[in-house]
Amino acid sequence: MLIDTSTTGLVEVEEGTKILPPNVIITTLDKVINWSRLSSIWPTTFGLACCAIEMMAAGAAHYDFDRFGIIFRGSPRQSDCIIIAGTVTKKMAPVIRRVYDQIPEPRYVVAMGSCACTGGVFRTYSVVQGCDAFLPVDVYVPGCPPRPEALMEGMIKLQEKMRKEQARWSPWR
Amino acid sequence: MGQVEKILETRELNVNMGPQHPATHGVLRLVLDIDGETVVKVTPYVGYLHRGIEKLGENLTYFQALPLTDRMDYIASMTNNIGYVNAVERLFGIEAPERAKFIRTMVGEMARISSHLLWIATHALDIGAMTVFLYAFREREWLLGLFEMICGARLTVTYPRIGGVRNDVSQEFLDSLYKFTDEFPSRILDYETLIDQNRIWLKRTKGIGVISAEEAINWGLTGPTLRGSGVLYDVRKHTPYDAYDKVDFDVPIGTEGDTYDRYRCRMLEFRQSNRIIRQCIEKLPNGPIMADAPKFTLPPKDYILKDMEHLISQFILITKGPAVPEGEIYVATEVPKGELGFYFVSDGSGRPYRMRVRAPSFVHASVLPRLCVGHLVADVIANIGTIDIVLGECDR
Amino acid sequence: MAVVLERIGPSHYKKMEPLEIAEKIKERFPLEVVEVTSFRDQVSVTVKKDRIVDICRYLHDDPDLDFDHLRDLCGVDYLGKKEPRFEVVYHLYSIRHRHMIRLKAQVPENDLRINSVTSVWVGANWHERECFDMFGIVFKGHPDLRRILMPEDWEGHPLRKDYPLKGPEKEWPGFIEVIEKAKEFREFEWGA
Repeated sequence: MLIDTSTTGLVEVEEGTKILPPNVIITTLDKVINWSRLSSIWPTTFGLACCAIEMMAAGAAHYDFDRFGIIFRGSPRQSDCIIIAGTVTKKMAPVIRRVYDQIPEPRYVVAMGSCACTGGVFRTYSVVQGCDAFLPVDVYVPGCPPRPEALMEGMIKLQEKMRKEQARWSPWR
Repeated sequence: MGQVEKILETRELNVNMGPQHPATHGVLRLVLDIDGETVVKVTPYVGYLHRGIEKLGENLTYFQALPLTDRMDYIASMTNNIGYVNAVERLFGIEAPERAKFIRTMVGEMARISSHLLWIATHALDIGAMTVFLYAFREREWLLGLFEMICGARLTVTYPRIGGVRNDVSQEFLDSLYKFTDEFPSRILDYETLIDQNRIWLKRTKGIGVISAEEAINWGLTGPTLRGSGVLYDVRKHTPYDAYDKVDFDVPIGTEGDTYDRYRCRMLEFRQSNRIIRQCIEKLPNGPIMADAPKFTLPPKDYILKDMEHLISQFILITKGPAVPEGEIYVATEVPKGELGFYFVSDGSGRPYRMRVRAPSFVHASVLPRLCVGHLVADVIANIGTIDIVLGECDR
Repeated sequence: MAVVLERIGPSHYKKMEPLEIAEKIKERFPLEVVEVTSFRDQVSVTVKKDRIVDICRYLHDDPDLDFDHLRDLCGVDYLGKKEPRFEVVYHLYSIRHRHMIRLKAQVPENDLRINSVTSVWVGANWHERECFDMFGIVFKGHPDLRRILMPEDWEGHPLRKDYPLKGPEKEWPGFIEVIEKAKEFREFEWGA
């Protein structure tokens, strides 16, 4: 811990964040925005098949999702992430893409379950072999179905990804 | 007068309750024609979860097609497996031993309780009683923990196998299950105190979705959806399978045929399933858990690792499939949603020539237009809850 | 309202043997019945498709048979195994008498039409739509015959034996549209 008391009285708590006691914090804008985004990810409910039941169990009281700040919203316009839980069929694909297009930026996609990642057990005429054929996926959570703890690990990995982002708030890309 | 009518002329509104909706229990799409708030016509569109399970079953052997049946009615996957296994065993001409039958009955009733718990959780959540969701999931987690104790998986178990069950139950499991049956009746009272005499619940479920007994049979309804209208049809009593003729239980039936009666039927079924589980634990006989039919069942794992003949027999059964006689069979079992039927046509090879699944949710989804006409838009949600559909089974 | 717990005892209505039921059908419709087979105590009666509605109405209305519950209606494709190619299979059950019969109507490939039984059992509606979707068998007199499980403009009938499992070479145009749109929008994605 570098205590720079000689000139300014600043205390560096972690890399890149300095505190002037008692209540002035000097840090980068990236860190603040990333921290506020990852602490309250609001997914759209998009349960398709069996994985939806495990997602509901993850949101219920035993494996609580609310303690991470994750609340399920009904409408895509009020959320910032979509969890594709279940098998994606070709009839459903245009609907999923339309819902995804309605989510305002910054938005993330979590593919939950083997069927959403790669088509799963179903190698047939009507199943899309992985939703990354038409969606940019951020986190893949495999399993058939993945346990609620596995889904939580997936959301934590998404939080790690969000923590490392740089300048995702700026109008320049 | 004509001019006044022309000024006050109204049109019907066409509203889409899309595949993505918090209250449609999966990917069900409804197009409603409404006149103000009253529903004039409902058109359901299904098929958004059609995965081709029947076609896939024709290309896999009987052993390989078993995990596919888990994923159809994913809420109570034990009962799907039991239905498939009963049909295939009847086709092969083998019979599971007594202990396996009692274990299957026991886990089938556990699956029935957990399916009805999820039904009451989502039905009440849609109507507005949100606390029931959290309470019901608390019991469901207990049951899923018990499933994990016997077979390692919570949701898509593949525990009943052709010829018996996968592995034996331990004494620890039986003790925990007995403790569950001791405490469960008080938990049922928990849910009932929340909603049973609640004025809002009664207003939203009494007189909604009424269907008479003759009409219900004509539409092909089965299970608690049919029994709420007063028809005595339960496959467990009409054509008993597994150990259902050796345990003692009642079947609740309703009188009015509305949503409230179907709800009461399922609440009473909780108690009956509890009773069946207790009797199964008390009467569980000792013995083997897999049938002694080497041509049709896989040999136990420890014999395969030591003995040459068992290794060869396992290899042939897995790659080519068993040598099944030619013929066709239809066997029905009672799953929590209704009557699940499997129709197999066999041509003598190890793969089914035709595997047909008669899903109760498919038939129940077709009766939605009949139930919803004349009621308000909010009653459409209550009706979807009361027919208890799961789209994985409806679309297969 | 009263929910009654009923102990369902043995049926005191007459349960008929499956072969007896088959004999009755043969007596009443001698020209239509092609074959009666039995396997593991389940009897199938194969009939010609022309008077299928009359046969079903007789089975539904006759008080001794009383088949009020249509359990299942499906199609089977016997490509190469036997002529005629398709069969529509009806599984019937009587709730009062507790007996069951299986009825199979033969549908040849060059005349893929059969009368619809929705006038006898309303619940046959969606089963027949699925049979049309999966096999291409047209049901005359059906109120609303269109595809139910596949998208409306899908080509081909999936459960036929000459339809490949992984799907035909030509992809469904609706899906190609989605992929094209995704490619177009990818340039606006973050990190592209």
